[in-house]
Amino acid sequence: MKKMFAISTKTIVATGLGAALFTLLFMFVKVPTGVPEVSLQTAYAVGGFFAALFGPIAGGLIAFIGHLLSDAVQYGSPWMSWVIASGVACFITGLCHVKLNVEEGIFTVKDAVIYNVFQIIGNVVAWIIVAPVLDIVIYAEPKELVFTQGVAACIPNAITMAIFGTLLLFIYSKTRAKKGSLTQED
Amino acid sequence: MKDKIFDYVEKDNVIYNLSGLSKLICFICMTSAVMYSYDIRFVVCVMVISLGFFRLAEIKLSQIKMMLIYVLIFLGMNFVLTFLFNPTYGTEIYGTTHELFRINSRFIVTAEQLVYQITKTSKYASVVPLGMIFLLTTNPSEFAASLNRVGISYKGTYAVSLTLRYFPDTARDYNDIALAQQSRGLDLSKKEKLGTRIKNVINICVPLIFGTLDRIEMITNAMDLRGFGKHKKRTWYVAKTLKRNDYIAIAFSVVILAAALVLGMAVNGSRFWNPFV
Repeated sequence: MKKMFAISTKTIVATGLGAALFTLLFMFVKVPTGVPEVSLQTAYAVGGFFAALFGPIAGGLIAFIGHLLSDAVQYGSPWMSWVIASGVACFITGLCHVKLNVEEGIFTVKDAVIYNVFQIIGNVVAWIIVAPVLDIVIYAEPKELVFTQGVAACIPNAITMAIFGTLLLFIYSKTRAKKGSLTQED
Repeated sequence: MKDKIFDYVEKDNVIYNLSGLSKLICFICMTSAVMYSYDIRFVVCVMVISLGFFRLAEIKLSQIKMMLIYVLIFLGMNFVLTFLFNPTYGTEIYGTTHELFRINSRFIVTAEQLVYQITKTSKYASVVPLGMIFLLTTNPSEFAASLNRVGISYKGTYAVSLTLRYFPDTARDYNDIALAQQSRGLDLSKKEKLGTRIKNVINICVPLIFGTLDRIEMITNAMDLRGFGKHKKRTWYVAKTLKRNDYIAIAFSVVILAAALVLGMAVNGSRFWNPFV
């Protein structure tokens, strides 16, 4: 039985290296969609993928640390409300961890649906509730602006996590040997 | 440029010699003070102080050129967007209207709006030097040690220190893979169609991510074999002991935070300073 919030050495290492990957992709690997100023952040796919593999703690911390560092490096100081929202999105996505068995090579259509349901709930909560509310509480930004920005962030992020995240999980499941895939010869 | 991001170069001056712990506390106190206060007098004071620290730290302009460009673009966009989405927010906050001129019936420029937006922009601008100082003058390994000493569990701080340690490696792997794929004719620019572009990004990300997964396995085993996580506490090789300057710095930043709170709660009565009453 998988534990939801267990912290093993593997969780810590996965968090550390996942966050490094997240930082890198967040800064340099964006797919322009053709719509101006809207790009698909591949980093969130990595966040979702690691969250599904290593659980909500790793997922949430990866996005939190990754976003914090890339903000700090790019802007000199992090925009805390969005950093927290990133963490929340991947934390909620990570809750699907106990329902999946990707490490054992199993990733069915049902599993993909479970992952995407959690992922969409996570993104909606993070970008349409957490980010704007914190923007207002911490930075006293005007309401209309922050909710529009929230929706504008939610949609591409959910799409990224859906397309890239599901694909990564699928490819990963193919690289793992299934339980009982070996049979004894007579 | 990618490899130089967490490139820490040791120097010998007041700011560099402070321990990571006191720099972290100063950073948290001073940014919270500026985040809390909407009093332009206070914000400008902090801005002057943080620029003073910036001089003390002897940071070269070439080190921060890219950051400055990003920051200016961000501040400019925020300034314009705030006005477009809510041109009367200043009036809502300060409760009065001093009309300066009007563009049309929706976009009326008021003195209140100007005060609000200028305060906001200088708030953000005054935090940036603090972040840059902290980032550029703190040894990454010592940073993890200082996080642990402000009370975050060492398992969490170890994750941060692993991130800082492996970021350059990951960046190098990414470069290698991207160059290899591009030499095979992969195009990531806007010239390709969206579908192809997504496929091409996956062609680079998959080896990178799966390489990272292998590495996770390896490092986990290495750490487990050395008994990581067995005890509740650990010590840090790079942690510095606090000296006289550290205590002065911490006291100074606590005073600034206290000043922000006193100014907001007792003197102004709210987070906003109202020059219109």
